[in-house]
Amino acid sequence: MKQEKLIEVYQNNSVKISIRREWCKSCGICVEFCPKDVLVPDNQGKPIPENIDACIKCSLCELRCPDFAITVEGVEEKDE
Amino acid sequence: MKTVINNYIREEMFPNMWCPGCGNGIVLGAIIRAIDDLSWDKDKIVAVSGIGCSSRITGYVDFCTMNTTHGRALPFATGIKMANPDLKVIVVMGDGDCSAIGGNHFIHAARRNIDLTAIIINNMIYGMTGGQYSPLTPTGKYGSTAPYGNIDQSFDLVELAIAAGASYVARGTVYNPRQSTSLIKNALDKKGFSVVEIISDCPVSYGKMNKMKSPADMLKWIKDITVSKKVWEGFSPDEKKGKYAIGEFLSKDRPDYTELYEEIIKKAQERGGNK
Ligand SMILES: Cc1ncc(C[n+]2csc(CCOP(=O)(O)OP(=O)(O)O)c2C)c(N)n1
Ligand code: SF4
Ligand code: SF4
Ligand code: SF4
Ligand SMILES: [Mg+2]
Repeated sequence: MKQEKLIEVYQNNSVKISIRREWCKSCGICVEFCPKDVLVPDNQGKPIPENIDACIKCSLCELRCPDFAITVEGVEEKDE
Repeated sequence: MKTVINNYIREEMFPNMWCPGCGNGIVLGAIIRAIDDLSWDKDKIVAVSGIGCSSRITGYVDFCTMNTTHGRALPFATGIKMANPDLKVIVVMGDGDCSAIGGNHFIHAARRNIDLTAIIINNMIYGMTGGQYSPLTPTGKYGSTAPYGNIDQSFDLVELAIAAGASYVARGTVYNPRQSTSLIKNALDKKGFSVVEIISDCPVSYGKMNKMKSPADMLKWIKDITVSKKVWEGFSPDEKKGKYAIGEFLSKDRPDYTELYEEIIKKAQERGGNK
């Protein structure tokens, strides 16, 4: 039952984008409709947040992903 | 990457069986987020579906679930609700499931105003069986049974539900997941028969036959053919052709069937009928 979770995490100091590669079916929806062109497909068609600094945390990629394979979380700003 | 979604799905069933980019998964996400917003107890929710790709949704949610027969999800759901009106009963149907084989159940569930929430995933085609046209396939579009284009006029499910007596009627799309989530939430919260049609994409059966090869092409098309209810109201009959209004169309209060039935039980008991 237990599945190996292959989750890739990309993060800067404001946003954390996680991609669950085993669930992603390379449909291209997240890449096509990201308003800031944050996501770029790799050679398997799975998204890589190459321009993560442009991300506005709109979460549209997460909400439109039919496979729950991409999530966007805010990173709490820390003082130090 | 734990999100609210993980609290409501049967993770061992994933990745889901749908084709890449299939809108069913987007609707699944919208349903789950709506339920999470309402903070409902998972064990008090029953999700009922018929047969079709869309109906596979009940296999993925961690509620009480029932995957029934083609077109008959509403009769099963009616039985569940009548037996235990405290349960929240959600019915997920495909366009064929709801409006072809299940069309009669649909209008009568609305007429009775039984307290169920019907979510219709309208991909405008019989997805599972290879692209036969359904009563919601637009005129002129192609299906495996309409190789020269569909000559039928399609139902407007919103108008049908309103005319039949539903209490809540709305339409959303998979392109607009936030709006769809809030429409589903309102429908779930409404007492009586509530209907939310979600226009969805089937890139494999519908898209291929209608020159939209990629899921993204289909979502762009859905964006192009839909307008807000407000814009729609200003349209001329010509401008309305081939377009769909989205938003909330009806929210009214009238006694639901289970309440009326409770009254009948009381009346019968007062007259000395069996307890
Ligand atoms: C009584 C009966 N008739 C026909 C079928 C074959 N059948 C299975 S799914 C389906 C239609 C599916 O279309 P829809 O309801 O739109 O669901 P989708 O697959 O598009 O989500 C049909 C005709 C069946 N399973 N049972
Ligand atoms: S959250 Fe919005 S901006 Fe950021 S990657 Fe997703 S779609 Fe693009
Ligand atoms: S939308 Fe989801 S399944 Fe499709 S490519 Fe993006 S992460 Fe993968
Ligand atoms: S055939 Fe169509 S509706 Fe069925 S899973 Fe594939 S894309 Fe989705
Ligand atoms: Mg269908």
